[in-house]
Amino acid sequence: MTRPALFALAMALAAPAIAQTQTQPPPTAQPDGAGLEVTVSDENDWQDLGVAITVFATDQDVPTQTNAGSTAALGRSVSQVIAADLRNNGLFKPSGPDGLPQPSYPQINTPDFPVWSARSAEMLVQGYVRAGEDGQLTVGCYLYDVALKQQLAKAGWVVPPSDWRRAAHKCADMVYSRLSGESPFFDSRIAYIAETGPKNRRMKRLAIMDSDGANHRYLTSGQATALTPRYSPDYKSILYLSYLNGNPRIYVYDLATDTQRLITQSSNPTFAPRWSPDGKWILYSMAVAGNTDIYRVPVAGGASQKLTDGPGIDVGGSYSPDGSRIVFESDRSGSQQIYVMNADGSNQRRISFFGGRAATPEWSPRGDQIAFTHIVGNLRVAVVNPDGGGLRYLTDSWQDEAPTWAPNGRIIQFFRTEKNTGKASLWQVDLTGRNERRLPTPVDASDPAWGPIRP
Amino acid sequence: MPSYRKSATTALLLAGCIALSACATKAPKQLPPDPGASTTTTDTGAVSGPVPGSQADFVAFTQGQDTIYFDTDRYNIDSVDAAALQTQAQWLQRYPTKRATLEGHADERGTRDYNLALGERRANSAKNYLVSVGIDPSRLSTVSYGKERPVALGSDEASWAKNRRAVTVTLD
Repeated sequence: MTRPALFALAMALAAPAIAQTQTQPPPTAQPDGAGLEVTVSDENDWQDLGVAITVFATDQDVPTQTNAGSTAALGRSVSQVIAADLRNNGLFKPSGPDGLPQPSYPQINTPDFPVWSARSAEMLVQGYVRAGEDGQLTVGCYLYDVALKQQLAKAGWVVPPSDWRRAAHKCADMVYSRLSGESPFFDSRIAYIAETGPKNRRMKRLAIMDSDGANHRYLTSGQATALTPRYSPDYKSILYLSYLNGNPRIYVYDLATDTQRLITQSSNPTFAPRWSPDGKWILYSMAVAGNTDIYRVPVAGGASQKLTDGPGIDVGGSYSPDGSRIVFESDRSGSQQIYVMNADGSNQRRISFFGGRAATPEWSPRGDQIAFTHIVGNLRVAVVNPDGGGLRYLTDSWQDEAPTWAPNGRIIQFFRTEKNTGKASLWQVDLTGRNERRLPTPVDASDPAWGPIRP
Repeated sequence: MPSYRKSATTALLLAGCIALSACATKAPKQLPPDPGASTTTTDTGAVSGPVPGSQADFVAFTQGQDTIYFDTDRYNIDSVDAAALQTQAQWLQRYPTKRATLEGHADERGTRDYNLALGERRANSAKNYLVSVGIDPSRLSTVSYGKERPVALGSDEASWAKNRRAVTVTLD
């Protein structure tokens, strides 16, 4: 199996070669205009903001080693990826790059503001693509406030040809962060389970893709059923469950070598794997004589430690962002409910007291919310505060389950199962519950796991 | 006629009596017998029957009682389940070198991880009962498939009831 290497992204503030002497507004002179007060929780604001995204210019149209073509073609592709990021996530309604004037290379630093004012654009995204002698690409990204005629942000990245889409995602992240005040999330990847075949004989394969569905790749053949993947925080490996050799066990899949190993030597079934935020611990559930409890084991090796102990099913688990606490699921009260404990298993207490069954809790990377599956007849994705208050539903369908957070804690992905056919698909929704959309996958899909911002 | 036929019939009668008192609450007990079970009622002699001691023989012997069913989120063995497991135990005692795997399943209306744990519970309930009536635990293994392998494909109460199950599969 061939695989792309994990290139480290060389980040640099790449000032354009031209117009170096032009005086820029000092970074502290950021305007407080109304157009900047954009949050994903207010639909009206983002709908009204006119963001124009132009074709990225190039100083010299030369061939590249990318699948997008020459630097000029690549410039168009980069801006298309940026526009799709911002548009598909319902965060903004950008225009372009098609149908907009195409800035020349010298204009990247000196936008023709009257042109954009006349087109009612409030924000302008421009940039450039340059090919280096070594085949590396430099992508520059600029955000301007048209009314104020000011540059709001700029950044540049030097990337190998295979990573050109990362530069586009980085630019989209810069624009999104600057306009919304939120942390970035586009430059991230998703692990999930690709599904094919009839309902009683589903083939389930481990698969990975970029946050926008690009660079899709299957990691397992489907001979053994694969379930519930989780990307490691450093993106070097994936925890998942496989029925390899007939029994469900958790494996660590190494992405650099395409090899895998069991996380414990126990012959008991292990499932529901999770990483600690620092990547040093693996949380897992293990059934012994039919009773399931939660354990943790150091990634570096060593003995497992049992965190829960009781006759009920204790399963799953998700660390708080600081790693000090774990939210998990238990039916010790008679039905699935959500509990919180310290990372060493102490101080276990129930937080869900709103009726129904509560399952698959996932702590937001921001720490302020816990997403989970609420089961009252139908399965729905909902969020609560870490103290169990403030229940809010984000979806309302026949069966939505297994929420996973965007790196910035503002968007949730989950999977939706169709009644009768059992066909599953990946969806995402923002915290308002209004911007819901299906993610494109080559075949049916379940068990999404959104990784952090790429290192 | 092999002597086990007689004991099988006795067990079935016993199971039927118990089932009558419980069938009002558990729909799967009213399921028609497994189509494969019809081979035991034919009178064509040993030539057309399954090889004694084989998984096919076990299926024929248990006549649908190779599977026990559970209520939502439950894993207790009720009287109907006990009768089925006793029938299974009879066969396992007849072939003491045979091993079996108990497969635990859940319906689709639950979350994946919990259903894996629930399937483990159900498989172990069945295993523990077989051990309690004298089957050596070293002959029995368990595996949970959670909600991954439904036998009834609809999204309705009747289908879910058929999928909340533990199936005993002997190893040929």
